[in-house]
Amino acid sequence: MTDVQMTDVPALAPDEAQQKLKFYQKGTFTVGNRLISEGERSVQASQARSNALTSGHRACQGCGEALGARYAIDAAMRASGNDLIAVNATGCLEVFTTPYPETSWQLPWLHSLFGNAAAVATGVAAAMRVKGKKTRVIAQGGDGGTTDIGFQCLSGMFERNDDVLYICYDNEGYMNTGVQRSSATPPAARTATTPALGPEPGNVFGTGKFVPKIAVAHNIPYVATATVADLHDLERKVVKAMAIHGARYIQINVPCPLGWGAPSCDTIKLARFAVECGLYPIFEAEHGRVTHARKIRKQIPVREYLKLQKRYAHLFRGGVDDPRVARIQAICDAHIAEYGLLGDDEEV
Amino acid sequence: MDHDFAVTLDVGSSLANHTGSWRTFRPEYVHRLPPCNHACPAGEDIQGWLSLAEAGDYEGAWRALTRNNPLPAVMGRVCYHPCETACNRAGIDASVGINSVERFLGDMAIAKGWAFAPPTAKSGKKVLVVGAGPAGLSAAYHLAMLGHSPTIKEAGPAPGGMMRFGIPKYRLPRETLDAEVARIVALGVAIEYDCKVSDLRATMREGGFDAAFLAVGAHIAKRAYIPAGEAAKVLDAVQVLASMEGEDRPLLGRRVVVYGGGNTALDVARTAKRLGAEEAIIVYRRTREKMPAHDFELEEALEEGVMMKWLSTIKNVEAGSLTVEKMVLDEKGFPQPTGELETLEADSVVLALGQDVDLSLLNGVEGLKIEKGVVQVGANMMTGAAGVFAGGDMAPSERTVTVAVGHGKKAARNIDAFLRGEVYAPAPKHELASFEKLNAWYYGEAPKTVRPTLELARRSSTFEEVVAGLDESNALYEARRCLSCGNCFECDNCYGVCPDNAVIKLGPGNGFKFNYDFCKGCGVCASECPCGAIRMEPEEI
Ligand SMILES: Cc1cc2nc3c(=O)[nH]c(=O)nc-3n(C[C@H](O)[C@H](O)[C@H](O)COP(=O)(O)OP(=O)(O)OC[C@H]3O[C@@H](n4cnc5c(N)ncnc54)[C@H](O)[C@@H]3O)c2cc1C
Ligand SMILES: Cc1ncc(C[n+]2csc(CCOP(=O)(O)OP(=O)(O)O)c2C)c(N)n1
Ligand code: SF4
Ligand code: SF4
Ligand code: SF4
Ligand SMILES: [Mg+2]
Repeated sequence: MTDVQMTDVPALAPDEAQQKLKFYQKGTFTVGNRLISEGERSVQASQARSNALTSGHRACQGCGEALGARYAIDAAMRASGNDLIAVNATGCLEVFTTPYPETSWQLPWLHSLFGNAAAVATGVAAAMRVKGKKTRVIAQGGDGGTTDIGFQCLSGMFERNDDVLYICYDNEGYMNTGVQRSSATPPAARTATTPALGPEPGNVFGTGKFVPKIAVAHNIPYVATATVADLHDLERKVVKAMAIHGARYIQINVPCPLGWGAPSCDTIKLARFAVECGLYPIFEAEHGRVTHARKIRKQIPVREYLKLQKRYAHLFRGGVDDPRVARIQAICDAHIAEYGLLGDDEEV
Repeated sequence: MDHDFAVTLDVGSSLANHTGSWRTFRPEYVHRLPPCNHACPAGEDIQGWLSLAEAGDYEGAWRALTRNNPLPAVMGRVCYHPCETACNRAGIDASVGINSVERFLGDMAIAKGWAFAPPTAKSGKKVLVVGAGPAGLSAAYHLAMLGHSPTIKEAGPAPGGMMRFGIPKYRLPRETLDAEVARIVALGVAIEYDCKVSDLRATMREGGFDAAFLAVGAHIAKRAYIPAGEAAKVLDAVQVLASMEGEDRPLLGRRVVVYGGGNTALDVARTAKRLGAEEAIIVYRRTREKMPAHDFELEEALEEGVMMKWLSTIKNVEAGSLTVEKMVLDEKGFPQPTGELETLEADSVVLALGQDVDLSLLNGVEGLKIEKGVVQVGANMMTGAAGVFAGGDMAPSERTVTVAVGHGKKAARNIDAFLRGEVYAPAPKHELASFEKLNAWYYGEAPKTVRPTLELARRSSTFEEVVAGLDESNALYEARRCLSCGNCFECDNCYGVCPDNAVIKLGPGNGFKFNYDFCKGCGVCASECPCGAIRMEPEEI
């Protein structure tokens, strides 16, 4: 006689699990899926989502930053049981949500200066600790407020491993003040301060910095990049970050129709293309090591991405590709090699 | 409210700011016509029933399907599925196996004994239907569902028309056909067998019929003039196939030659094989590409050992042999003789050259127009004679079971209007949900399920069904491959992607609503709707 081992974990044989996944193929990439249980669906699919950033805000039509912020903060609110405070740097996200005395925010929210969000958040986290509260703290800002003026405060927050999740909404420029170059503006992009003039129009090659890598170098518990084109990936990362204490950093690619010179309806498409061409690597790192890279699903040449945006129009003048298109493609190829962006996804 | 130092205004919500006023374009939820529905000759709402099937509501799916087509188990076997040819999923990997799922639903309905729900009110109007083929059965079913009392008069001893006396059993088991016909009869459709109508007007008068639908098919075999010796055995394909239903199977011999290039030729050759012929050769005057038969049927026939003689015509037939002449195609693709002759041994020659319509029952009916051997009908399926409608093979048609079913439905709806002294106005068609209207990114990879086929040994000796059906897990998987072209499948994308929370989710089954107070008209929802169910309309400013 053999004893039959019983477990109450519903075990799906790999084949069945695979089949189940295929059954739901129609909803694998969409926001929701009517065929799966409510609990398995995304936060954004829920009628009960908090809409942390509610209607009536003054962001431009199709603003990727407004969308990314709601995606991220809604997920963080659910993960923290709505016990959450946000500290915001100056920038579009702050300006379009809180023209005095109105606010779009559905959670306690603080704004101090352009460059000190990380430091203020550190202070808020310390205050909560002192008061014996479990309230979680998020700091958020644009790429300018993060990679440039806020960088010192951010590095300090990382280095001290303060219990803050910092979210950078990367729209690749100082959009709120009229589209100036930041250290996150990609090469060749036209901004107000890198005009499409002269022998090398647009932003200069070989400049700028990629803060996610710098964050990884701080050996903090969690670093991730994400985009508004992959909600499931974004929510998963926010939830994961919220389960960790210490300094965490998520940078979300948020296309800006105004600054990038693109139709407002293309916001998500742009984010998708940025990932699918390899220009914007989507990965996770824990304690200084890259642990996961999101594979490219349908690779496209970077040119298809660039062509959609007026900030790159000078690369296609007169119907011919500027040689710098190939240089940008080389950047994509280097990312693909560095992060292993092609092939099948091993992790789910 | 008491204010803190330096605070002068109360905290307000941005909800006071109606950003809807910025809008120049307005998103609207729309329905677009899925290409499959557009292509289905029976006018099925394929996308609609697939969406019920993919949620596991098979009975609901079957009921939705049979609103347009009462013969899904038959259809799932013999329909040439133009829906699949049109299916948008082909642009991603391969078309949805619509026909397989249809058959699965049809078979499940038979197994579970699902019945049609008869209408509550009766009109008291009597309609004569001539012929119990697919066109007649479909018309009678729809007329009965509309509350009328149809009577089918059928010349033969059993229902089905060419579905029984043409299509062989190994493609359409008779139990399947019988079950679906029985369900129509149970609805209150009377079928009178061995009751050939030879004088339409007299039959209508005597039976007190208010209208008639004619669906006598095309049963007279076309003949080509081929000199044949007295002892030569030359048969007609339709006769051979029809006799398969009787007691005595046709005697075709060891070597059978079939002349023609349509599906009927293939069916005869495959039948001959099953009857024990060692050789079954199809002689066709053109090439494989020009053959009217479907390629998958040719493949099945070749697998079973049927042989093809392309670019050949039969010159004459003798006892035990025949002479063929080689042909070449001219620039226009017409076969031209070469004078090169060859002798083939054959115990019998079966001609499968198409069929003509027997129009004798229409003698004396005024106002009819006959062209190219078929009765002309208007868009409402009515012939030149008031109250006399016609469809299926006897009217201009592609001559398939599905077209016949579609004609029957269309005729029934027009007869219904005619009986009430009205004109039937079909609902206007939605704009086509063509592939460019979709955002295919959102659909995951999912290869098509292939239906298993019977092993070859059994295919050449028995009349067992060749192509098997799907089981529930396959069928569900296949249904879920549907992209839901042009019709919201509640994926929540629009609800998720709106940067302004201007989409209101109304809950399962109720869809979504735009909150135009806040919608800025960015159009992200329309771009990211996978299935093209949102359209941006210019705002009147
Ligand atoms: C061998 C063969 C294989 C085929 N395979 C396929 C297939 O796989 N898929 C497909 O879609 N189509 C197929 N077809 C075509 C298809 O069967 C026909 O297009 C279809 O059956 C036509 O339907 P119908 O109702 O117009 O006529 P029919 O099916 O021909 O039915 C007409 C009925 O009317 C009866 N009738 C005739 N005259 C009178 C009268 N005067 N009074 C009373 N009753 C009368 C006949 O007995 C018959 O029952 C095939 C045809 C053949 C010959
Ligand atoms: C110290 C300081 N310098 C300059 C400004 C003006 N300013 C406000 S927002 C902004 C740019 C914000 O850019 P980013 O952080 O990328 O956010 P975005 O608006 O692009 O979302 C600038 C320069 C300021 N508020 N404070
Ligand atoms: S400028 Fe760009 S980031 Fe700012 S509100 Fe407009 S779209 Fe959003
Ligand atoms: S994907 Fe579905 S709705 Fe679209 S054409 Fe194919 S079966 Fe029809
Ligand atoms: S995006 Fe999804 S939920 Fe919205 S209309 Fe399209 S199919 Fe329906
Ligand atoms: Mg910015």
